[in-house]
Amino acid sequence: MEPKTKVKVQNPKDLEKTRKAIVEGKKAAEKVIRVCIGTGCAAKGSKRLYELFCEAAKESEQNIKIETKCVGCHGFCERGPIVVIEPGNIFYQRVEEPDVAEIFRETVLGGRVVDRLLYEDPTSGKKATTEEEIPFYKVQHRIVLAGNGVIDPTNIEDYISIGGYSALAKALTEMTPEQIIDEVEKSGLRGRGGGGFPTARKWRSCHEAEGEMKFVICNGDEGDPGAFMDRSIMEGNPHSVLEGMIIGAYAIGASQGYIYVRNEYPLAVEHLTRAIEQSREWGFLGENIFGSGFHFDIRINRGGGAFVCGESTALIASLEGRAGEPRAKYVHTVEHGLKDLPTNLNNVETWTNIPAIITHGGSWFESIGTDGSKGTKVFSLVGKITNTGLVEVPMGIRLRQIVEEIGGGVKEGNAFKAVQTGGPSGGCIPTQFLDAPVDFDELTKLGSMMGSGGMIVMDEDTCMVNVAKYFLNFLKEESCGKCTPCREGIPQMLHILEKITKGEGEPGDIEKLEALGELVSEASLCALGKTAANPVLSTIKYFREEYETHIREKRCPAKECRGLFSYKINPEVCTGCGICKRTCPVEAISGEKKNPHKIDQSKCTKCGACFEKCPFTAIEKV
Amino acid sequence: MTIEELVVKYESDEGMLIPIMQDIQAEFGYLPAERLRELAKVLDVPLSRVYQVATFYASFRLAPKGQHEVTLCMGTVCYLKGADRIAASICEEYGIEPGGTTEDRLFTLQAVNCVGACALAPVMIVDGKYFDSVTPDGALKIISKLQPKEKSESEGS
Repeated sequence: MEPKTKVKVQNPKDLEKTRKAIVEGKKAAEKVIRVCIGTGCAAKGSKRLYELFCEAAKESEQNIKIETKCVGCHGFCERGPIVVIEPGNIFYQRVEEPDVAEIFRETVLGGRVVDRLLYEDPTSGKKATTEEEIPFYKVQHRIVLAGNGVIDPTNIEDYISIGGYSALAKALTEMTPEQIIDEVEKSGLRGRGGGGFPTARKWRSCHEAEGEMKFVICNGDEGDPGAFMDRSIMEGNPHSVLEGMIIGAYAIGASQGYIYVRNEYPLAVEHLTRAIEQSREWGFLGENIFGSGFHFDIRINRGGGAFVCGESTALIASLEGRAGEPRAKYVHTVEHGLKDLPTNLNNVETWTNIPAIITHGGSWFESIGTDGSKGTKVFSLVGKITNTGLVEVPMGIRLRQIVEEIGGGVKEGNAFKAVQTGGPSGGCIPTQFLDAPVDFDELTKLGSMMGSGGMIVMDEDTCMVNVAKYFLNFLKEESCGKCTPCREGIPQMLHILEKITKGEGEPGDIEKLEALGELVSEASLCALGKTAANPVLSTIKYFREEYETHIREKRCPAKECRGLFSYKINPEVCTGCGICKRTCPVEAISGEKKNPHKIDQSKCTKCGACFEKCPFTAIEKV
Repeated sequence: MTIEELVVKYESDEGMLIPIMQDIQAEFGYLPAERLRELAKVLDVPLSRVYQVATFYASFRLAPKGQHEVTLCMGTVCYLKGADRIAASICEEYGIEPGGTTEDRLFTLQAVNCVGACALAPVMIVDGKYFDSVTPDGALKIISKLQPKEKSESEGS
């Protein structure tokens, strides 16, 4: 064992004193440059921007103090890379390397705004100087994402400066475990991982369960395709996850915590690992935290890449070094979980809500949202939408507001068709229900679910049968194979969907899908199987006609299913360049150079090669 | 690190089987069969369980990787924007299946569920570098620029 070193913070007074000192120290910096290094911005080269700003600050001969820092995801990924300059909170978007010198010279040194890098509202043409002026941010309500985009996720002092770990100090020195659970109960917080189970009820059961040792687990195995909220929290504000877990562990009486992070999220692992080390150093993890006599530590486990491990019992199996197969729910993990000991598992976003609830009180949290769904929810708004990104909205907000006000509507002027929530376990919600509120129970009533927060917008060019096929194919690959209805039922449904999208569908197929779907839902062991039919059943419910057109007319109305629509060359647009003619594998295209070409439909195999290659988009789907 | 050392690092805890195997894979780029046999013996778990875990989780590989890693995102948004057509064109051009490695071991094509960079869809990642709004032709162009690495360099990665 290493010799015990003295931790930096012994009690709440220490913490407050330190916080004040950090805030005071920060005042010395006259200018702050914040560069987003969330995955979206980093993929577009924001790390290089950070280096260039650092160099510029170093080389500057002006005698001013400049703080340059990397921050977590701002959410507006569509407009990345994002750089914010203080004072003034000037919000620059789509910043590229050549812009750095100008921003530095004009804004950082000169205090002037670089107009061309500001966000411009596509409808009004109005420029926005700060985040608050941008419609994407206006209706958002940020609790979980409050620190994202503001603090450096690798610097614990930054987190402390915005009040970090003060909720932990309060919980450990002023509250009993029972009082904490009562406060969480008052807040009405429900699990953000998909199921929406009341958090306090789970905590209380685990608190009351008997066991020589107890565990808390943070489920960071965010598996729904199109969902990246949890990743952005773990990457952008890892200490908030830890703080929530430590408070929860104290309330439950757990001495060891685990964070199970998805394998595809290396930056989240890196930031969490660093946060844990810092937290130990400062005395927020380890022995006798805040002198309360409470001991707790956290370790990180990387997932192996299995969607089913998002299910709590499968995740626990994985933590025990076994294949991630779920078990029946009648054995409760709060009593018999990891290593057969009482275990409380919550999702990343759930844990992150805890510090805010302790700081501001359960009634404050309870005042936000609807009767059955309290607080906010983070969604990743993606798909055929103008403003792709991460949004945090109060529960009860209408879907329409998210899609139209925040998301800026469907891309390229196409018509909205549906929004898919809940990932592979969810369903599609069509236009007529766009005024439904975001609420656990309301979304379930519509045949979808809240899920972990993926919100995928689909337009008129999206074939709903193809969407259902995509999710079933995903689930077929990810079914663990333990129980028969899921293992065998999903491939059977997929087989029928494949037939339909190839134009081989038969009358009665829709009814077969419905019957199979019902069976798989009822007879499967875990939530993956129980909800597997949702994408199929909800699209049949709202888009039955589209299925029928595929089956009866062998036609795909959205023109997505290959073979169920034709290609035609628009003579007005065709320049006669001849690329399509050379590309066609069956010599179905004819025409003289510089004259409009034509497709011989009797020869055409509808492979789409010409469509992909035409540089003038003269080839249309009909 | 030898298997013995690795097992000691994880305090001979069989619950740590997955992290141990992740460490082995990080060292070799895949899970060599002889290492897994040794691991089963040292950790005292049946080889069948080691094999079950190795084949259950998508991130484990039982064959060596190519010199470059091409990862194609198959998330919902990438799919809606044509990721399946990109996969098909790469597979056809190089005669491989998703998860497979080209005969000359130049690259391994991996199709993953979602990398969560939906604003960039369709996304392809080549050796850690992200490419956004990729098309079937664009993907082939990017891959065609991959160069074979020097042997000594590729062994260590």
